[in-house]
Amino acid sequence: MKHKTFFWFILPSLAAMIVFIAMPLVSVVVQSLHVEHEQVMVVTENCGPFGCEEQTSVDAEATAKLREEKPLGRFNGLGTYFDRGHLATAEVATAWSERASLGDFFKRLYNLPLYKAIAFTLTYTFVVTPLVIILGLAIALGVNRVTPALKGPTIFVSLLPMIVTPLIGSLILFWMIDAQGIIGKSLQFLFDDPELSLKASPTLTWITLIIYGIWHSAPFAFVVFYAGLQSVSHETLEAARIDGASRWQQVRYVVIPHLMPLAIFIALIQLMDNFRVFEPVIGFSAEANAPSLSYIIYNDLKGDVIRFNSAAATSLLTVVGVIILLAPVLVRTWRDFNRKVV
Amino acid sequence: MFLKHTMLASGLALMATGAYAGCGLSGGNVNILGNEFGAIQAIVAKAKECAGDGVTIESNLTVDHRDIQVAALTANPAQYTSAIVANSSIVPLLNDDLIRPLDDLVAKHGQDLQPNQLITIDGKIMAVAFMANAQHLFYRSDILEQVGVEPPTTYDEVLAAAEAIRAAGIMEHPFAMNTKTGWNLGEEFVNMYTATGADFFKPGTAEVAINNESGVAALNMLKSLMEYSNPDFLTYDSNATQALWEGGQIALATLWGSRGGGILDDEGSSEEVVASTVLTAAPALNGDTPASTLWWDGFTIARNISDEDAEATFVALVEGLGDDVVKANNDEAVWLSPAYEPGPASAGVAATAQAGAKPYPMLPFMGLLHTAAGAELTEFLQGAESAEQALADVEAAYTTAAKEQGYLQ
Repeated sequence: MKHKTFFWFILPSLAAMIVFIAMPLVSVVVQSLHVEHEQVMVVTENCGPFGCEEQTSVDAEATAKLREEKPLGRFNGLGTYFDRGHLATAEVATAWSERASLGDFFKRLYNLPLYKAIAFTLTYTFVVTPLVIILGLAIALGVNRVTPALKGPTIFVSLLPMIVTPLIGSLILFWMIDAQGIIGKSLQFLFDDPELSLKASPTLTWITLIIYGIWHSAPFAFVVFYAGLQSVSHETLEAARIDGASRWQQVRYVVIPHLMPLAIFIALIQLMDNFRVFEPVIGFSAEANAPSLSYIIYNDLKGDVIRFNSAAATSLLTVVGVIILLAPVLVRTWRDFNRKVV
Repeated sequence: MFLKHTMLASGLALMATGAYAGCGLSGGNVNILGNEFGAIQAIVAKAKECAGDGVTIESNLTVDHRDIQVAALTANPAQYTSAIVANSSIVPLLNDDLIRPLDDLVAKHGQDLQPNQLITIDGKIMAVAFMANAQHLFYRSDILEQVGVEPPTTYDEVLAAAEAIRAAGIMEHPFAMNTKTGWNLGEEFVNMYTATGADFFKPGTAEVAINNESGVAALNMLKSLMEYSNPDFLTYDSNATQALWEGGQIALATLWGSRGGGILDDEGSSEEVVASTVLTAAPALNGDTPASTLWWDGFTIARNISDEDAEATFVALVEGLGDDVVKANNDEAVWLSPAYEPGPASAGVAATAQAGAKPYPMLPFMGLLHTAAGAELTEFLQGAESAEQALADVEAAYTTAAKEQGYLQ
């Protein structure tokens, strides 16, 4: 297609993307480079049902004037990125120089909020993504062999975990794994440990969240693989069967290579989605044990004092993280594209 | 034909001029934002009876009100005409100058309000309080009798009572507090630290000063209490602890006084639990001060609205605070009204106030310390770090946030 035609074709989408994605991103970048003005404080006498006392409060007029002059606040450069709530360069340097051992260094690193969130988010991403692909493939292969009469209902049931809203699904599972819920009680019975609590231990909370993540995303992989399975060449399969290949060998040498591009596609989508894991953390009230990057952004934006600048810096660090994660896949796709054009 | 039209028109005009809404208002839009519990629902329901003939009254009562109030009231015109706040949630509204002084409205319509209901900041009335609240001790008198322990007045006595209950095999985890990571956990730390009498900040500055023996004492007591609490304590908010109490699974708890009405009513619990639930003052720590902070709830009026809306809102809400509402909902809260009759549901808050509990500090940067404590104390309670390290983490997190928000340089 001519470049000009292509340009006119994508113009509406491009305009929408610029307005709704690019411009807010620029705004977030600008916000992350600023901090609030210095608050002008005065001592005033405040009275209430419990008596009067002298207290510090903000001089609203003076602060409002400062804000009118410079609405964005004070320019802070990259200061917010390096403070304790984000990359914490000073604290990391101290932890490195004062470390007793490598384990001690990581323990100190884990104490910092961003690194704790990164640890969970990366673990979640790199455990859930491959397991989703494997489970999705297994389900697709299984459903493919079901008798045609039962295929419809089986596909429906297999898709249900993805259709259930993440917040509702995780809340229901949260109640079930409670010490008095059906799964919690059953596990206590199975392991003969009346003190067993899935919510109390960080390790068990991580495992619960990861299992939930796999359960929720597997149908997506199943749907994509199932569609791909319909286009596997029957002649190649037939030839393999004639050559004496077992069922597993057929899958390994014919089906999987055919589905490889789809697997890469699913990996791409899953890497992006899992890196932004958020709803399970809320649904399972797991912020104590398993904060994720999206959760700490949300945490900055709620409450009495909304920390826009801090949230903006964490958002950009998350974007950088996603770019780093996807870099290998994008580079490979770019190379394939260039090769084809040539 | 002409006569008929004139008759019709004049008839309608007569009807219209004689029509006022029930509260003497002639117009205005009222939109109330607040928390969602019984007392506020009762007030807003009564306020809504002022609607009609040009006065519209809407409300949004949600537990997430603190998250949306600043943004909603910054808009011009403000999204809500009134925000129902407490001592800590009024601070961001004051900092950003989002609420208007009520002196003239109180002079015009507030003759029935008590002087101790008027919250004045720097001489100007900024809010009208209607109830007091505090966290305090709830205990099961039947279980304490069973193990032969006196009702505790200090947290050391609470620990002893919990140990006795566990040793007698009645309950493995007899104690609970609102220790959910976040605002709830921060509140428990603030309450416990207040009992030590130490200051949170260096006087006159925004520099935090909690990494001292008072802070360590407060944290160690919290940890000891959690040994007698269900291992899931980091997910317990007010609703979870109330459910535990009503289900008869705990014998000692530190809960909000405003939960008293719901616990002592005849819904959601059993006769045995309700009959033996006693509300008493918050226990002390190592002195005489109860480990609790006093809270008031009140309403404010937004700045970015028309004067007509402001007046309509004030009148409607003062109607909502009338004696009939207080009498009908006597047990929902500790009302700051002469029509209120103290009962068993308010005994705890009254006793805590009398024992000398201090009000929650209304400092502009207190919220930052509260958030930092709620986030950083989790690892200490899980046994993963020492008290000093936890306090250092809280101070570091607070200092970062305070610098970013401009309270520290």
